[in-house]
Order: sequence, then C-alpha cells, then structure tokens
Amino acid sequence: MLGILASLLDGLLVGAVYGLAAMGITFIWGVMDVVNLTHGAMIVAGMFGVYLLVSAMGIPAYAALLPVLLAGFFAGVALYWIAIHRMIGRPPLMSLLATFAVNLVLIGLGTATWGTVLFNVSVSLPGFSLGRYTFPGTHIMAAVLTAVIAGVLYLFLYRTRAGKAVRAVAANREAAELVGIPTTRILALSCGLGVALAGVSGALISTLFPFTVLSGDAYQLKSFVVTVLGGMGNPTGALVAGIALGLFEGLATPFMPVSWTLVIEFVLFVLVLIAFPGGLISIGRRRPAVR
Amino acid sequence: MLRRPFFWIIAVTIALFAAAPHGSDVELRESLILAAVYITLASNLNLMLGYAGYVNFGSIVFFGLGGYFCVYFMGSLGWGLASSLVVSGVAVSAAALVFGLGILRLRGVHFALATIGVNEAVMAFVTNFEPWGGSTGIYLSPELFQPLGGPASALWVIYYLLVAIMGASLYLSYFIKRSKFGLGLLSIGQNEDAAAVLGVPAPRYKALAYSASALLPAVAGGLYFFKGAFVQPADAFDLTLSTEAIVITMLGGQGTIVGPALGAYLYEELRGWLLTSETFANFQLVVAGVLLLLIVQFAPEGLMGFLYRRFPRLRRILE
Repeated sequence: MLGILASLLDGLLVGAVYGLAAMGITFIWGVMDVVNLTHGAMIVAGMFGVYLLVSAMGIPAYAALLPVLLAGFFAGVALYWIAIHRMIGRPPLMSLLATFAVNLVLIGLGTATWGTVLFNVSVSLPGFSLGRYTFPGTHIMAAVLTAVIAGVLYLFLYRTRAGKAVRAVAANREAAELVGIPTTRILALSCGLGVALAGVSGALISTLFPFTVLSGDAYQLKSFVVTVLGGMGNPTGALVAGIALGLFEGLATPFMPVSWTLVIEFVLFVLVLIAFPGGLISIGRRRPAVR
Repeated sequence: MLRRPFFWIIAVTIALFAAAPHGSDVELRESLILAAVYITLASNLNLMLGYAGYVNFGSIVFFGLGGYFCVYFMGSLGWGLASSLVVSGVAVSAAALVFGLGILRLRGVHFALATIGVNEAVMAFVTNFEPWGGSTGIYLSPELFQPLGGPASALWVIYYLLVAIMGASLYLSYFIKRSKFGLGLLSIGQNEDAAAVLGVPAPRYKALAYSASALLPAVAGGLYFFKGAFVQPADAFDLTLSTEAIVITMLGGQGTIVGPALGAYLYEELRGWLLTSETFANFQLVVAGVLLLLIVQFAPEGLMGFLYRRFPRLRRILE
C-alpha cells in the first residue's frame, strides 16, 4: 500500500513537468490557433542545451535553466518569423506542415550531430526518505521549479501589460488589432513563450531521465494527451492534466511494463478526444488563463 | 472513362515501368522498386492530404502493418504469397476503417493529431507483441522463394507486382477523383462546414478515404518486406518514409494525380544526388524539411500548380 502511495507521489512530481511541457504547446495553440509540431524537437533542444552547458562549462544543471529559457524564447520568435507568420489565417493543414518541416530540419540536424545514442545529465541532490521509499531529489526539485515557472507565467499573463495583450489576442485577434495592440508582435512573443516553455521543460526532464535526439516524439505525444485532457489553450488545465497523467503513470508502473504505457496513453488520447472534444478538465474554464 | 487521354497516360506509365529493366539490370530495377513504393505511398496519402485536406502523419503504419501481416501469414501460418497479400491488405484497410469510424467526430487539427499518435502506439504495441517477435522481428526462410522459382526470379515477380500496385494506386486516385465520393472529399477539403450543409456525409467520407488509402500501401508493404524476408518494428514503422511521402505529395502538387508521381521521380533523383554527395549524405531529413518548408511557404500548390498556371490547357489532359 505504501508502495503504491510512494509511486503515486513520484508520479505527481514527474507529472508536473509533463504539465509544464504541455503548457508550451497549449499556449501556442490557444493564442495563435497553430499546433506547434516542433514541440518535441524543442524539448530535445532544451535537453541538449543543458547537457552541453553542463559538460562544456561545468556549471550545475539548474544554472543552465535560465540560458535555455532565453534561447528557447529567441528560437520561438525565430520559428514564428520563419515558418508560422505566413500561415496565420491559412487552413490549419498549412501551419501543421510548416512546423512539421521545421521539426524535420531540427531532428535531422540533431541525428547528424549526435546520432541516436543515450545521453544523460547527472545531478546529485539528496533525496527525501519516507519509510523504505526514497523520492529522488531531482524529482522534487523539478516539481518545485515547475510551480515557480507556472507562477511566473500566471503573473505575466495577469499582471503585465504585455500579458494582457496576449490574452486579448487569444480572445479575439481582430478586436485586439482594432484597439491598437500590435498583434503580429504579440503572436511572435507568444510563440517565443511557448517554445521557451517547451525548452525549459526539456531541460528539467533531462535531469530526470536519460534521453536521445528522438526522445521528443514520446514527450510530444504526452503533451498532446495532456493538452486534450486539460482543454486546448488552457495552461491551468494543462498543469492539472499533466499531474493527472503523472499519477496515472505512477499508478500503472507497478502493474505493467513501462513500454506499454505509450500504447495506453495513446488510447487514452483518442478516447478523450472523442468523448470530450472540449477537454476533460473544466477548472479555469470560468477564468481561463489564455482563452 | 476509356476515352479520356489521362486513362491511357497512366497505362503508358505502368507499361514503361514494366518494360524498363531487362534481365540483368538489377540496379535499375532496385531504384524503380523504390520509385514504385514512393508513388504508391504518395498517391494514397494524397487521397487524404490532397482531396480531403487532412494530413495523415502516420501513413507508414499501413505499410508496416501490411508487411507484418504478410510476413506472419507466410512464415508462421504457411500461407501462399497471393492469399497473404490480399488478406493483409484487407485486414489493414478494415482496421483503418474501424479506427477512422472511431475518430470520425474529430475535425481539422484533431484528426491530424490522432494520426500522429497511431504510428507511435502501433509501433509500441508491435515491439511488445511476442507472437510477432517483439523488437527482434520475424525472419522468413529463403525456402519461401522456391514456389516463385528461386530468389532471383522471385525478385522479378515482386517487382512486377509492385508496379501493378503502383498502377492500381494511380487508377484508384483517378477513379475516386472522378466519382461522387471524390467530389465529396474535394468539397470537404475546401470547406467542411459548407460540404456538410450541402449533404456530404463528411465523417463517413473521411473514414472511407482513410480506409481506402490504407489498402494498397499495406499490400506494397507486404511485398516489400517479403522481398527482404525480414521485418522488424524499426524498419516497418520508420517515419522517414511517411515523411518523404508528404514531401513528395506537396512537391508534385497535392490533389492532383500526376503530382505524386512527378514528385516521387524528382525526389528520388534528388535523394540519389544527396546520397552520393559527401556533404549531404547525413542531411537527407534536413534537406527534405527545408524543401517542404519552402513549398508550404511559397508554392503550396506544388509543381503541378505551377504548370497549370503556365499552361492552363494542361488542366484538361493531366489530372
């Protein structure tokens, strides 16, 4: 019994990071109506960002988060101007293909540089013991940092002028333009924020699990699952749904091989899409963060 | 139908494929096999992408599953090639129909997202599925080539069958485009709401198109993996191939029938050139990605769109 409780708690910690990753995709989706298929590649870029900074400069992994966050922001703004800007207002097929193409380029460059071998970032943090069970310190730290980042995002969206503009653009782009909000710049900013979230979540995941260049696909799929669970364009829902997915994984781990979880998560994804096209979690619906 | 020139253009293309390589020209045959596979995958993808305006990111799953079914039927159940191919094609197509009906309520981006997950989930499932050899896959005994007259002549039989599948794919695209069903799909592609209001049963048509686009790639996959006498998850569900199918379809011109074939030819030339060049050998995906990005941004209609604009009369001959 205690074992299940322990793995549930651990699932909660890891799930918070899934939620952070999904916030990146749901943010872009909510504000600009674009599904960012470079999400997985950006998560991997965050992982390798930490790996490179730690191995080349010897700084602690957590000190690498800020540079990764900033680089992610600029990468996102660049992504907007390179791939998405011309797709705004065109059929969704086109923006899907455009971000998919950028994803190919990134994954292609990644595999050409690093191959598909496993990498890991070693972090030593004391764990927290509960009876016979020990929670890794990295898991606790990742969950705490996720809470901090989510809090900062909340303050940005609700307490700053730029954040309010982002919400206005998400609610109605034409009306926002009419009241003098520079919508194009806000869209680029939102794309930057979404990618920065993807990058920083990848950076956190790199302290938890080993990774390869191709790991992004699995995390991207998890982000989609979380996004549909939490409702598209709803960051609060994403965080809650991420934790729910983590709990589910924690609950499932003692009973089935890890390799099956992907199959189950995908089935869950399709079932939720069919049953609840608007998302399963309606917290924040009354006061949605973005939409 | 028989009086339209385009019907005969397809027939001539097939005849050229069948006649081109001679007894000893193995190299040409191998590159034409790849071309036939590309054309098969791209024209079937085009049913979803070009006609209905829905991108299927996991179209390779049909090819891979077809390969698995066929190899399993032949190796473990001892069936013949013909029955294995037919049953695998029908089985994969039926599975696609069930899945398509399952997700028929999804529209736009959500349908596309569901297709991304399919490949991951099927690959994870097959990797764990012991009767199919798990992650090591299934090997076929070389004796299975004996009924076709030994390995050397079996390869020729496989080649002609693949060319036939390619031809069938082109004709399927053509017939669907000329049918009421195709008209429905094209109208879904232009405006799904308007199409639904006018009485097009959009969910059912999407599921049918998804299922139709599964049949021939599955048979091609069966032939392809029978040829190698080996199938494993990493090869069968290699996303590179379905990615290339998307690039090819967009390059040639989505929604046209010549487009995917033309795109396949050009892409294979490009790929051959890239493989031999030292700088680019490792950067195939990167080049494919840049190409796709440029097409999407600046020429979403592809090469056929360009040709139609330059020579409007072509529209009447080349579909």
